[in-house]
Amino acid sequence: MDPSLPHRRRGLTAINGAMALVVVLVITQVWLLSATLDSFLAGRRSAALPGAIFSGLLFLGCGALYLFILRIERQARKEEREKP
Amino acid sequence: MKPPCKECDPLWREEFSVRKAGEAYVARCQFTKFLTLTSLGMFVGNLWILAKSFVSRQVSYPEQAIANLGEIPVGGVKVFQYPNPGEQCLLIRTGADEYAAYSQKCTHLSCAVYYSAENNRIECPCHEGYFSIRDGSVLQGPPTRPLPRVVLTRRNGQLIALGMDAEPES
Repeated sequence: MDPSLPHRRRGLTAINGAMALVVVLVITQVWLLSATLDSFLAGRRSAALPGAIFSGLLFLGCGALYLFILRIERQARKEEREKP
Repeated sequence: MKPPCKECDPLWREEFSVRKAGEAYVARCQFTKFLTLTSLGMFVGNLWILAKSFVSRQVSYPEQAIANLGEIPVGGVKVFQYPNPGEQCLLIRTGADEYAAYSQKCTHLSCAVYYSAENNRIECPCHEGYFSIRDGSVLQGPPTRPLPRVVLTRRNGQLIALGMDAEPES
């Protein structure tokens, strides 16, 4: 990352990247839920456990990215406050 | 747009001093929070399916006499209700000594399916979904899941329904 960029702009780039990742994870989760539901309705119950595990992992990923975004934002605000 | 300067800032900007960059931060954070909550919802949905799969595993079906052997002719059909009243099923005599029974509810949009003797398959009239008479698997059309099969046995000259099997026989 270019250090000459203002911190807020760099922060926004990081946030945009993280947000795009969250969107991808949520879309994957939507697909996973529909596939698991379809499989369950077809009577194949063995797909329910791996579906729940992967969905949990994706949710943890989303949560981690959200915390990352919060941290970047807090850092940017703090540096802005400390700016003379 | 001209960059704002302290000398030429309008009064409203002084009184309503919202910074655009700061707004973008808040909007992105809120959007990500919304997406994370959506993700939580999906996870809860998956957990619900998991819980349902454990609960439905313990479901027991009643034994029910549905017809006498030889009661219906070859190629004939009898409608019966199983496992609960109001849940229609089809008993089809596919051969001199062969019977098959399936739920009458199409797995696409729950239309009532019927047996087509001339094509020897089960057909759904709503969207032309066709099911195999052999195992209930989808032959054609929008349904993606096979018809739930009624497990049959013979006892004392009667056909007895033992349970439902959603998966086709391999």
